[in-house]
Amino acid sequence: MRAAVVVFPGSNCDRDLAVAFREAGAEVTMVWHKETTLPDGVDIVGVPGGFSYGDYLRCGAIAAQSPICQAVKAHADRGGYAIGVCNGFQVLTETGILPGALLRNAGLKYICKVVDLKVETSSSAFTSAYNAGDVIGIPIAHHDGNFYADDATRAELRDSDRIAFTYADNPNGSVDDIAGILSENRRVLGMMPHPERAADAGHGGTDGVAMFRGLMGALTPA
Amino acid sequence: MKARVHVMLKNGVLDPQGEAVRHALGTMGFQGVAGVRQGKVIELDLEEGTSEADVTAMCEKLLANTVIESYTVELS
Repeated sequence: MRAAVVVFPGSNCDRDLAVAFREAGAEVTMVWHKETTLPDGVDIVGVPGGFSYGDYLRCGAIAAQSPICQAVKAHADRGGYAIGVCNGFQVLTETGILPGALLRNAGLKYICKVVDLKVETSSSAFTSAYNAGDVIGIPIAHHDGNFYADDATRAELRDSDRIAFTYADNPNGSVDDIAGILSENRRVLGMMPHPERAADAGHGGTDGVAMFRGLMGALTPA
Repeated sequence: MKARVHVMLKNGVLDPQGEAVRHALGTMGFQGVAGVRQGKVIELDLEEGTSEADVTAMCEKLLANTVIESYTVELS
């Protein structure tokens, strides 16, 4: 599996994401936001957490217009895999690759803690190593993680089994407790919690490891 | 010429910041504030002859996220 991790000015989880990919056995290339193309043969693009462009205007809004994001969009349009974590999820919604938007947390506070997530579907490369209904402990660290989508979009997400994760105890006001969603072709995942921060015993939890292992299994040619 | 773009969260989208401001006003003793919505104003300094359509395109593509926000444009 060949992974590319995008680096924006202000990204701060890019190396963590790269380590998690690498630990699962992937070959990882870091890609600066000014690049206009992804490295040849990339199987999956990681859009990391952080504060891209200082989160000016709206979280992820400026990053979504960067040259590399046009390449990420083209990659997704071609059926390529991508994962956006935290700020990366905000970027993917701002590019229109994923539906909805992330608003300020309902309680207005920045929240940094481990939360219980319910795996809603095991039917994706990201979640195939979990069972639907599993509860996993994954850290969140965000101020703007309050997922919003209109009623029609929510119904569509629900009916097409594209809600990947929900919060067991909604920390931020997200509609339908949504913590992560999949694209229509199930190859793009956006989520506010950080699986890469639960990928090593030193992190205090390893519930995120199965995601990277599952991806490795799904995306490595036999 | 200048354009002033007002960006507001759409009706029906929770505005926790506006809600916090409303609560604070009540705490301070200002009665009768039924609701507060907080938005932003973006002022653009434009070359003469820039069309309203251009400003609308700027709003659609970057200045507002039309999933959650509405906008109005004032040209002067």
